[in-house]
Amino acid sequence: MPHATASQTIGPYWHLVEDKDWADLTRFGAEGEKIVLTGTIYDGDGLPCPDACVEIWQTDPPVSDTFPGFGRSNSDANGVFRLVTVKPGPVSGRGNAQQAPHIAIWVLSRGLMKGLATRAYFQDEPLNETDPLLQSIEEPARRSTLVATPGAPGSWRFDIHLQGDRETVFLDV
Amino acid sequence: MTDPLPFRPLTAGSQPPYDVPGYRSTQRRFPRQPLHPIPHTITETTGPQFSERMFPASVDLTCNKTGQPAIGERIIVAGRITDEDGRSVPHTMVEIWQANATGRYDHPGDQHDAPLDPNFHGAGRVFTDADGFYRFLTIRPGAYPWPNHRNAWRPNHIHFSFFGPAFATRLVTQMYFPGDPLLSLDPIFNGVPDAAARDRLVAAFDLDLTEPDYALGYRFDVVLRGRAATPMED
Repeated sequence: MPHATASQTIGPYWHLVEDKDWADLTRFGAEGEKIVLTGTIYDGDGLPCPDACVEIWQTDPPVSDTFPGFGRSNSDANGVFRLVTVKPGPVSGRGNAQQAPHIAIWVLSRGLMKGLATRAYFQDEPLNETDPLLQSIEEPARRSTLVATPGAPGSWRFDIHLQGDRETVFLDV
Repeated sequence: MTDPLPFRPLTAGSQPPYDVPGYRSTQRRFPRQPLHPIPHTITETTGPQFSERMFPASVDLTCNKTGQPAIGERIIVAGRITDEDGRSVPHTMVEIWQANATGRYDHPGDQHDAPLDPNFHGAGRVFTDADGFYRFLTIRPGAYPWPNHRNAWRPNHIHFSFFGPAFATRLVTQMYFPGDPLLSLDPIFNGVPDAAARDRLVAAFDLDLTEPDYALGYRFDVVLRGRAATPMED
């Protein structure tokens, strides 16, 4: 059987299929703690990337008629993406493990031949100390690239560095 | 709780690397650190499912902007989506976008000096049927220049976005046209190392899809990642 079809870059014109409503996962009336997940995408020169597509997926709260679990935001002229969602709770992991609350992220952009996977965890969650993925990253500075930090009330900051000294940990999914 | 069955790793060579020296925009955007391996959890093995009820299809790009027909060569594009085990991927959403017949996107970022078509937007959404088949109508997109290197031109292409059953099966790619002389010169197409994998990005002219007195048909089949036969070791 053939292998999976090859990826190609999303390019700079994917906004033709963009529906800006998709950046708000609470638009169908989801209940729960509403949060903003926002950040800037930087390239290896530290310059903001203004044409990226940031997609998120979360399995908690469960998908329902009021919560799609999936969202998509562009990065604007300043490289900033902004998603409104419901703060996830813990998620079961492999075996008996429990995963700390997290949001899966998929970054696509001109200059990326395929998407980059990462996760946003939340600072000060006790379960972060035992999360299998976070704990598998040995260097604390690298691990911290996966942890969103609180900003204004209800707002969490998660900057993404595609390349360089502060490069985000990207996952081989 | 039983562990979710993971998806199998992507095959070396069949996917492009992040660092493609000939594609200039990759140079400041590719990660220099190796990707961090993770076992699949339900975060990776589940994914968004879009219902046609909530996300209406738009399958005729030749007239889905104003209702009036766009200029250019009408074509039919159809194919089947399967996984790596040959199983169909039913009822999955496919997003499509492209340049118009002159090689211009209906997008403020595209300033190529070629005319826009007031009747062509170049975006659509289709769903596969119960057997994984999809089909849409559009205008054959034109080639266009891009600033990657001197006299660089993108081959004719249509952008595709697939979801499949899981976030791990997400795929964004481009479909090309057979016989395009620009393919051998294009660093994005040639960023895929394996020649057979590149060839599968090129649609096939298909007389059976072609409708008499209406439009040529092109077949573009797509394979999404399959499940691993046995669970990966943690």
